[in-house]
Amino acid sequence: MTSISEDSDKEKVRSVSVDLNNDASLVIDIPDALCERDKVKFTVHTKTTLSSFQKPEFSVPRQHEEFIWLHDTIVETEEYAGLIIPPAPPKPDFEGPREKMHKLGEGESSMTKEEYAKMKQELEAEYLAVFKKTVQVHEVFLQRFSSHPIFRKDRNFQIFLEYDQDLSVRRKNAKEMFGGFFKNMVKSADEVLISGVKEVDEFFEQEKTFLLDYSSKIKDATAKAEKMTRSHKNVADDYNHISGALNSTAADNNTAFKKTISVCVLQKLEDRVASDQELKLTELLRYYTRDIQAAKDLLYRRARALADNENSNKALDKARLKGKDIAQAEENQKQCLQKFDKLSESGKKELTSFKARRVVAFRKNLIEMTELEIKHAKVRRLKSNNTLYGSKLSIFLLCQKSLGY
Amino acid sequence: ISSSSNGPKAEPMLLDHDPDDLFAEATEEVSLDSPERQMILSDGPSPAITPVTINPRADVFDLSFVSHENRDTFDIQISVSDPEKVGDGMNAYMAYKVTTKTSLSIFSRDEVCVKRRFSDFLGLHSKLASKYMHIGYIVPPAPEKSIVGQRLGRRSSAVTELDPDAKACLCCRYLLRTVKQPALLKDPDVLQFLESSELPRAVSTQALSGAGILRMVNKAADAVNKMTIKMNESDAWFEEKQQQFENLDVQLRKLHASVESLVFHRKELSVNTASFAKSAAMLGNSEDHTALSRALSQLAEVEEKIDQLHQDQACADFYLISELLGDYVRLITAVKGVFDQRMKTWAKCQDAQVMLQRKREAEAKLQHANKPDKLQQAKDEIREWEGKVQQGERDFEQISKNIRREVGRFEKDRVKDFRVVIIKYLESLVHTQQQLIKYWEAFLPEAKAIA
Repeated sequence: MTSISEDSDKEKVRSVSVDLNNDASLVIDIPDALCERDKVKFTVHTKTTLSSFQKPEFSVPRQHEEFIWLHDTIVETEEYAGLIIPPAPPKPDFEGPREKMHKLGEGESSMTKEEYAKMKQELEAEYLAVFKKTVQVHEVFLQRFSSHPIFRKDRNFQIFLEYDQDLSVRRKNAKEMFGGFFKNMVKSADEVLISGVKEVDEFFEQEKTFLLDYSSKIKDATAKAEKMTRSHKNVADDYNHISGALNSTAADNNTAFKKTISVCVLQKLEDRVASDQELKLTELLRYYTRDIQAAKDLLYRRARALADNENSNKALDKARLKGKDIAQAEENQKQCLQKFDKLSESGKKELTSFKARRVVAFRKNLIEMTELEIKHAKVRRLKSNNTLYGSKLSIFLLCQKSLGY
Repeated sequence: ISSSSNGPKAEPMLLDHDPDDLFAEATEEVSLDSPERQMILSDGPSPAITPVTINPRADVFDLSFVSHENRDTFDIQISVSDPEKVGDGMNAYMAYKVTTKTSLSIFSRDEVCVKRRFSDFLGLHSKLASKYMHIGYIVPPAPEKSIVGQRLGRRSSAVTELDPDAKACLCCRYLLRTVKQPALLKDPDVLQFLESSELPRAVSTQALSGAGILRMVNKAADAVNKMTIKMNESDAWFEEKQQQFENLDVQLRKLHASVESLVFHRKELSVNTASFAKSAAMLGNSEDHTALSRALSQLAEVEEKIDQLHQDQACADFYLISELLGDYVRLITAVKGVFDQRMKTWAKCQDAQVMLQRKREAEAKLQHANKPDKLQQAKDEIREWEGKVQQGERDFEQISKNIRREVGRFEKDRVKDFRVVIIKYLESLVHTQQQLIKYWEAFLPEAKAIA
C-alpha cells in the first residue's frame, strides 16, 4: 500500500548512529520498502568492491523475520562472543496509527468533511513516519555489520545480502520458542552471575557498574520520553478538533475567528513538529537502550567465560590431586583461558569504541534536535506575531468604523 | 530548579501598569474612548526582552467601552479577588473581595471594596432575572459552582468543583457583564451589591430550599409550555435569529468540549515533561562521560522549564478560551430564555384576546336575556379585558423591541469579547515561543560542548 522511494531526507535519518557508510568497499542501504497489511518488504541494496561477493551491485527483498534470523545466527556464533552484537531491529509496529484510523472511521459521522479529511491526512502522515522509522532502524542494523571489520566478513551476513531466493526463515516452531525462553532464563541467571563474579580487571569492573546502572536509567528515560511525545501528539490532535470546530463557527463574518483558525492550524503544525523533535530524542534513547543491552550481553558472555575459566582451574587442580585425566583438564583449562583472554581483549576494544560512538551520537542528536526546536519556535513566533498584529489592526479599523471615521 | 509561582497574585490587577502582566497592555488596547490612544498599534510585548513569567490569571477584565447610542463613555473596573475562608465546620464559606473603581456618578464613591460570598452572586442574579427577563433583557447567567465537562471522545461527563480562584474569575466576569448592561447598571440591587458593606443573605439561592424547588418546578413548567405554545411568527427577524442562536449553541458547545480536552492534555503534557526531566537528570548522573553528563543534566533543566511553560500555557488555554466559551454557552441559554419570554408574552396576549372575545359573547347573550344588572358587570369586564389586551399588545411590542436591541448589543459584545481574548491568547503564544527559543538557545552550546 505505502512505499517510499529514494529518500531525500535519509541524511536526517542517521541520527542514532553516526555515518556508518564511510567505507566505500561495502555500502548498504534500503532505498525502497513496500508495506502490505502487516508485512513490510525491504529492498536491501548493496554496492561493494569486495571480491567475496559475486556482483558489484545487487538488491534483494527481505522481510523482518529474515533480519531477526541474521541477528540470532550471529549471536549464536561462538567466535563473536567478544563483540557487541548490534541489537535486532524491533518489529514494524503499525498498531498505533491503525487503531487511530479505526477510531477515525467510527467517528466519521460526528465530524465535518474537512475535519475528517484533515485527521485522515494527519494519520497518514503518522503512518508514514512509523514506516520511515522502521526502514531506518533496519538499515542501521545492517550498516552496523557492514562497518564492523569482523562482522562484514561473516558468511551469513553475506548470504543475507546476496542470496536472492527466500531465506525460508520459517516462523520459530515451538521448540525454538521454548529454546528462546530458556535462553532468557539463563540470561537472568547470568545477571546474578555477572554481579556475583569477582572482577579482577578494573576496566571491566567499572564498565559493569556503569552499564548496569545506565541500563536501567536509559530504559526509564525512554519510557518517559515516549509518554511525553504521546501527550504532545494528543495536544496536536486537540488543536485539529478545535480548528475544525472553529471552521464551522466562523460561518459568520467573523474574521477574528478565521485568524484564530489560522493560529490553531499553526499550533497544530507546531505540535506535530515539536513531537517529531521529541521523537528523535526518543528514538535515540530507544536505540541506545537496546545497544546498552547488547553491551551488557557481552559482559555476560565474558563473565560466563570467567566462571568457566575458574571452574576449569578448579577441575585441573582436582584432576592433579586425583591424578586422573590431567591432560584433558589441562587442555580444557588452556582453552578456557584462551577464550577468556580473547573475550577480554576484544571486549575492551568494543566497549571503548561503543562509548565513543554513543557520545558522538548523543551529541549529534541533541544538537540537531535543539537547532530544529529553535528554528520552529522562531517560525511560530513570527506567525503568531503577524496574526497578532493583524488582529489588533482589525480591531483598530473596527473601532474607527464604529466611531464613524 | 525554577520556582515561579503561577498562583494568584496578592493584589488584583488594576489598570495601573502591572509590569509583570503582559496582558495589561492588551486590556488597555480595547479602550475605545479616545481614538488618539493608539495603543493598539503599539509594539506590543512581542519582542519581549523582559523575561517575565506569564500570568494569564486575569482576575480583572478591564472592559471600557463605548455605548453607541449616546456616545457616552462608561468607565468602570471591577475585580474579584482574595478568596478567604470564613468560619469553620459546616458553616464555613468562601468570601471574595469585590473592588469597584469607577468615575460614574451613580456610585457614591470612586472606589469601593466589599466582601461577598458566592451565594450573594446567585442572589443578585435571581433578583435581576425576576425583574428583567420577562421584558426581554438578556440577564447574564449566574456563575456556576461546578462545571459539567464533557471530554471529547469520552462518554462520561465529569462534574468538577471549581477552585476558589476560578470561581473568582467567573464571578468577576459575571459582574462585568451585568454592569455593561446600561439598564442593569442603574438597578438598585446591583448598586447595593457593589457598594453596601452588608448584604442580606440570599437564602433562596440554596438548591434545596423552598425557593430552589419552586424554581425547578417553574423551569419544568416552562419547558412544557414551550412545547405547547405554537406561535405565529409574523416577524422573520425573530425566526432567523432563533435559528442562528440554536446553531451557535451547538457549535460553541462543541468548541468548548474541544478546548477542555486541550487543557486536559496540555496539563498531562506538562506532567509528563516534568517526569521526563527527572529521568533525564538521573541519566545524566549515571553517564560517565563528563561533558555528556553535563549536557544531559542541562537538558533535564530545559525540560523542566518547558514543563512550567506548558503549565502556564494550559492556564492561558483555560482561563482565556475555555472559560470564555463556557460563559457564552451559558449566555446563549439566557438569550434563548429571553426569546421564550417573548413567546410567553405573546401567549398571554392571545389568552387575553380569547378572554375578551368570550366576555363580548357573554355580553351579547346577556343583552338578549335582558338582565340589566349582570349586563353592567359584563360591560365592566369587557372594558377590563380590553385594557388587558391592549396592555398585552404593548408588552409584546416592548419585549420585541427590547430583544432586538439586546441581541444587537449581544452580538457586538460577543465579537468584541472574542477579539480581546484572541489577542490575549496570541500574546501568550508569542510569549511561550519566545521563552522556548531562549531556553533552547541557551542549551545549544552545551550540546555542542560534548566532546
